[in-house]
Amino acid sequence: MNREATLSVDTATVERLMPLLRFADQARRALQYPALGIAGLFALWYWGGWAIGNNEDTMAFASFAPGPTLAAFWDIVSSGAVWSPIESSLYRVGWGLAYAIAIGVPLGVMIGYFLTLKQVTHVPFQFLRMISPLAWMPVAVLAFATWDAAIIFLIAIAAVWPITYATAHGVQRIDPMWLKVGNNLGANPYHTLRYIVMPAIAQDVFAGIRLAVGVAWIVLVPAEYLGVTSGLGYAINDARDTLEYDKLAAFVLVIGIIGYMLDAICVRLIKRSSYHAEG
Amino acid sequence: MGAAISIDYITHHYPGQEAPTLKDIQVTVAPGETVALIGQSGCGKSTLLHMLAGLLLPSEGCVRINGHQVIKPSPRWNMMFQKPSLYPWMTVRKNASLGLIFQGRKTDMRERIDQLLETVGLSEKAEVNVQSLSGGQQQRVALARSLATDPELLLLDEPFSALDAFTRVALQDEVTRLARERGISVVFVTHDIEEAVAMADRVLVMGSNPGTITAELPIDIAHPRDRNSQAFVDRKAELMGYFGATRTPATDKGSAEAEAPTPDTESEQDESSSSESRARVRAA
Repeated sequence: MNREATLSVDTATVERLMPLLRFADQARRALQYPALGIAGLFALWYWGGWAIGNNEDTMAFASFAPGPTLAAFWDIVSSGAVWSPIESSLYRVGWGLAYAIAIGVPLGVMIGYFLTLKQVTHVPFQFLRMISPLAWMPVAVLAFATWDAAIIFLIAIAAVWPITYATAHGVQRIDPMWLKVGNNLGANPYHTLRYIVMPAIAQDVFAGIRLAVGVAWIVLVPAEYLGVTSGLGYAINDARDTLEYDKLAAFVLVIGIIGYMLDAICVRLIKRSSYHAEG
Repeated sequence: MGAAISIDYITHHYPGQEAPTLKDIQVTVAPGETVALIGQSGCGKSTLLHMLAGLLLPSEGCVRINGHQVIKPSPRWNMMFQKPSLYPWMTVRKNASLGLIFQGRKTDMRERIDQLLETVGLSEKAEVNVQSLSGGQQQRVALARSLATDPELLLLDEPFSALDAFTRVALQDEVTRLARERGISVVFVTHDIEEAVAMADRVLVMGSNPGTITAELPIDIAHPRDRNSQAFVDRKAELMGYFGATRTPATDKGSAEAEAPTPDTESEQDESSSSESRARVRAA
């Protein structure tokens, strides 16, 4: 009798724990490969730090290694010093992207819709697209009164192309029957845009924004090397000038983490805006 | 009340083509009547249907519905296509509601759509994404969407040709029943002789190069029609006879399928003819 009681308690406990175990198993499956990748990166970093530290010529840069960097990272996070540059940088990227979206989406819709416009704009746009946004730096500095505005301009001009062309691509993929059916149901141009075109291209637009975020985040740092006294790019440059290489590497880490998070947000938006049925 | 249609001496040239696609077409359709346009690929029947819908304007002549010249699409006459062409980002309800939304008739929309979905047998699927539906169910949603705005005229461009045989027969009967109940006039294009006999009050046979009406056959069989009755079989045979000169009888479907992979060299240029071929390849 005693035995039986123990047994029944045990099965009950196991049953209660089952969801937890199943969750743990799922988490392990989902995380094992990313964890492997992260571990690999850390190993490479550690080896690089060790190699630099053991070479007489490069010993001065030994604080790029994971140990000092993570200590400095903890330092700037716990002291709160990290937030102000992040805020400045996100402000610039945010406005740059906002302008790029405000220009790129309507432009893309028109290029996708009117074949003539696509042909007319092809050469000039591809030409402009291939110019590094940083090449506009002197022009931007002359044209805009503030450094902030100049940097926002540089980000916008870099981010506008992926958004424009992803949007145009989305518009070209619209099933002509959707427009015909809408027309047949009495849709006016506003209806067509709101109920047919925008939902149809949403996923492509967000895919373009994802590319644009990547480009913008890359352009931001070199753009902040010049002129401004805030932001992550400035923080890196400043750390270099004061020979605080651990702090410099910590800001590199911050840039990577925030970039990764911005990309993850975009991936979520792409998924949410997709109309394709799961599976 | 169904619409009265008058097709007045329509002749149509597609740009860059010597011969007219349609020549001197003159047809009238009485309110509540169901008329089938039957003919081989490229005879211009689909072109004519697009003109009735106001999606295409004829080079000469005009279409009048209830005395008004058709110059653009209207919710009062609605066209159903081969593919349901539902919007995959919307639920069944939203798809069916679109005509009403576009017209700004939102007050009793929910009840109307509930009723319509009940009529087409999709009440339980109202809040489901249309991508999860079968081809037949999707075409039912398209039917509900077309009926939502209370059209006086329904135009059907081979809307059942991509469906399997059972679903096709069920929908043919359903559309016929609904149209008769509501007194809606119907004009439909088909290359399926049985479909024409099953649904139409009158069949117009079209010949090509140039597209003209070559024969007219009333189908005076009472509804619902028994497809095995002698009268039905006789009408089918009679209609088949009109195609005897150009093709052997009883192989209409087969030869239509066989010719599908070759590109359309004939005059029917709008994109529905190419999707028509695709639909048939799929069905085959």
